[in-house]
Amino acid sequence: MRLTVNGTEHEVDVTSDMPLLWVLRDELNITGPKYGCGIAQCGACTVHVDGFAVRSCQLAVGDLAGGHVTTIEGLASPEGLHAVQEAWIEHQVAQCGYCQSGQIMQAASFLETNPEPTDEDIDAAMSANLCRCGTYPRIRAAVHAAAKKLQEA
Amino acid sequence: MASVGKIARRTFLIGSAAIAGGVAFGTYMVKRPIPNPLLDDLADGEAAITPFVKIAAEGVTLITPRADKGQGAYSIQAYLIAEELDIDPKDTIRTPGLPGPAYYNAAVMTEGSPLPAYDESATAETIRSVLRVIPKLFALQMTGGSSTVPDMYDKLRHAGAVARETLKEAAAIRTGFARAQLTTENGHVVTPDGDKIAYTDLAVEAAEIDPITDVELRDPKDWRYLGKPGLTRIDMEPKCTGAEKYGIDLNFDGMLFASICANPGIGGALESFDASAAESMPGVQSIIEVKAGNAGVAVIASNTWYAFQAVNAIECEWGAPAYPATSAEIFANLEAAVNKEDNFDHRQRDEGDVDAALAEGEVFEAQYRIPFLAHAPMEPMNAIVKVTDEKVEIWTGTQIPLFIKNRVAQNLGIEAENVFVYVQPMGGSFGHKLEMTHVEQAAEVAASVKGTPVKFTWSREEDMTHDYPRPASVMHARGKIKDGKVDTFDVSVSQSAMAPGWFGRLTGIGIPGPDATITTGSWDQPFAIPNYRVTGYRAPDMVPVSSWRSVGASGNGFYHDTFLDELIHKAGADPMEERLRLCLHEQSRKVLEEVAELSGWDGPSMGEDKGRGVAFCLSFGVPTAQVIEVTNTDRGIRIDKAFIVADVGRVLDPMNAEAQLTGGMIYALSHAINSELTYENYGPVQNNYHAYEGLRLYQTPQIEVRILENMSGIRGVGEPGVPPAAPALGNAIFAATGQRIREMPFNKHIDFI
Ligand code: FES
Ligand code: FES
Repeated sequence: MRLTVNGTEHEVDVTSDMPLLWVLRDELNITGPKYGCGIAQCGACTVHVDGFAVRSCQLAVGDLAGGHVTTIEGLASPEGLHAVQEAWIEHQVAQCGYCQSGQIMQAASFLETNPEPTDEDIDAAMSANLCRCGTYPRIRAAVHAAAKKLQEA
Repeated sequence: MASVGKIARRTFLIGSAAIAGGVAFGTYMVKRPIPNPLLDDLADGEAAITPFVKIAAEGVTLITPRADKGQGAYSIQAYLIAEELDIDPKDTIRTPGLPGPAYYNAAVMTEGSPLPAYDESATAETIRSVLRVIPKLFALQMTGGSSTVPDMYDKLRHAGAVARETLKEAAAIRTGFARAQLTTENGHVVTPDGDKIAYTDLAVEAAEIDPITDVELRDPKDWRYLGKPGLTRIDMEPKCTGAEKYGIDLNFDGMLFASICANPGIGGALESFDASAAESMPGVQSIIEVKAGNAGVAVIASNTWYAFQAVNAIECEWGAPAYPATSAEIFANLEAAVNKEDNFDHRQRDEGDVDAALAEGEVFEAQYRIPFLAHAPMEPMNAIVKVTDEKVEIWTGTQIPLFIKNRVAQNLGIEAENVFVYVQPMGGSFGHKLEMTHVEQAAEVAASVKGTPVKFTWSREEDMTHDYPRPASVMHARGKIKDGKVDTFDVSVSQSAMAPGWFGRLTGIGIPGPDATITTGSWDQPFAIPNYRVTGYRAPDMVPVSSWRSVGASGNGFYHDTFLDELIHKAGADPMEERLRLCLHEQSRKVLEEVAELSGWDGPSMGEDKGRGVAFCLSFGVPTAQVIEVTNTDRGIRIDKAFIVADVGRVLDPMNAEAQLTGGMIYALSHAINSELTYENYGPVQNNYHAYEGLRLYQTPQIEVRILENMSGIRGVGEPGVPPAAPALGNAIFAATGQRIREMPFNKHIDFI
């Protein structure tokens, strides 16, 4: 089976019902996407497929249908970090950091569709991403900051 | 700061030692030098010290032995060294090192002191200093108890200062300038001519001279990193780019993957199993019956997902463990032990004459309870183990590397010196990684495929249902008011012992005597109530339990402060003013005054359907007060705003301290609102986050934090944010609705948005 991750094409030999998460982590050694729950409850596994945030624990690799996968490792561009990553660092969001690849991927995709979000918009878009360390207040602040950066860019 | 310098000199001996290509600096305890873990790396003729700094041609290495589970331990340990050494930690190599007794944690047991933290008398200090020696005897290299900063504050700065002065001395000898004429700047010694010599360039010469140990620590007003508002965590960027590697992310050539289904009745047997369906599933390599830790059946496969799938297809017959099968039976046992003489464990507070006071007049009574709680950090338990005939290597995120080393050695019949534990950054812990059942299982599995590294992972379901949870407990309270004031306060807590079972699991040695955790956070509060009594009752051992963020105070903070709030309301007093009136500890009063000011406190009522509550708990030496404001909407309770004030003595990393306090509050509110483990058929019913939800972003209020520095010494803030949150919320709900909730989780009694 072939799939494209962060612009690179890979060949893997797995059953087609294997969730994308485990193909990334255990077959391709791309470990930014994390395993937290396996049942779409935490968002730690979030990646982009053709630019949209997807729970990679829920997407069978056989259903990718040629979609291009971007993980947190592929979010930055050669020119530098993504605005969401910059905002996350400025606001010192991460504690343990385990949920943050998923949070950042979720926020980056959300800001594409909603460049000027209100607090309520952010609550709605980000509430399916669990953070057991409780970094939520800084996530909210950092999403606003990232939105501003993207507007100015 | 001269006094700190003197104390440190009395407590520590500092040494340096030659290592391959350079020099290492570190400290010995005065009383009994401990064998050094880096010894194995040293060539013949090289001496050993407790290394915190190594300088060699390839770079400056900072060794930060306390594990990082998200609390920022690696970062602050590096800054403590760097502040004195004069180097940007981002320019160094950083490692937790290999575990060894030399890194024992002196501060971890001081929370078990029989004197409350607000008592700074000589007796109290003496007892605490004795408690600081115990971890050394047991070689407790452990991370926990909010103890990293208190324990490492002097040790690491001292190591940095000795290294700096010794490097300057080496430069002095080389250049002919006096040491006093030299200065240091970001990894270099600078001569009066402005020439810069890199530390790495001086490594070999520094190894050849006696270390300069007569050093004064810098005055905090001269600090460049510590205490600065803009100080950032050195591990922040990798955590935002996916580059940070947790234990679960490591990868080795030829590695196999494994998982397990073990008995949910912890300690029960595996009677029989049928793995016929699993055997032929994709990717499956072998199926192994596991006895170590907790009995079960493991699958080794070519991928974690294949292993999970195969494990789910195994049918097991489980033997019953040695505890009751259901929550109902467990709580019946807890209730039965309250106020029973046979179950009496300890009474560390008994002032006035409680019995006489309660014998007459109107007595208020109330009964409380709290559930078992999973730790449920985002990273499930995992370990990579490689077993060969010569040695065992273990890569895992853990708070207890030395216990793992010894237990795995024992289980596999190999010398402990041949077991190597490489501690990895953790995706959270909250006390979960103070246990090692998963590592014992992983080692047994890896021993079946010698020479091959095996990554062993608990599924989320396995993790939630095989946790050693926060103990459930019940509390019975009685109290009286007099002339509009709180007069009598008598609480009795019943819980299975936690600390002896935990320590026994790790060491095979029980802890005799009472279990202070039953009343920690309740008996030790800084209030003067005329008749004041707190008693711990020990229920029989049931579900094996463990430490959960803030330990005893996680439940006792709720019990103590909520019942106090009940009495204050009955007395018709203002919750803030009455707490202040009763408070006998100056710094704690200041914390309450500050939170009143920050929250604009003008009474519990804030208009129709709105209310605020205040709560206070002194835990881990940190007086912490929180105010929460709520609205009772048609869709349920909404938390509008929250305020935290804590006194940590001295703040080293303000942004991180604020994050820890807010994180602690959010973690506590998560569980107060909607989380519990209930037991059926010996195991927890809740097996994933859908049934154990925690707070989500939309439920999280804006939180304002102020940190005070009036306490003496220096304290950790990983836990003190937890205990006051549940009572502050419950007290606010009472103010808004008139409904008093005496049981967690609160959603059993009231709806939340
Ligand atoms: S691991 Fe995919 S949502 Fe939790
Ligand atoms: S930062 Fe630890 S789970 Fe979010």
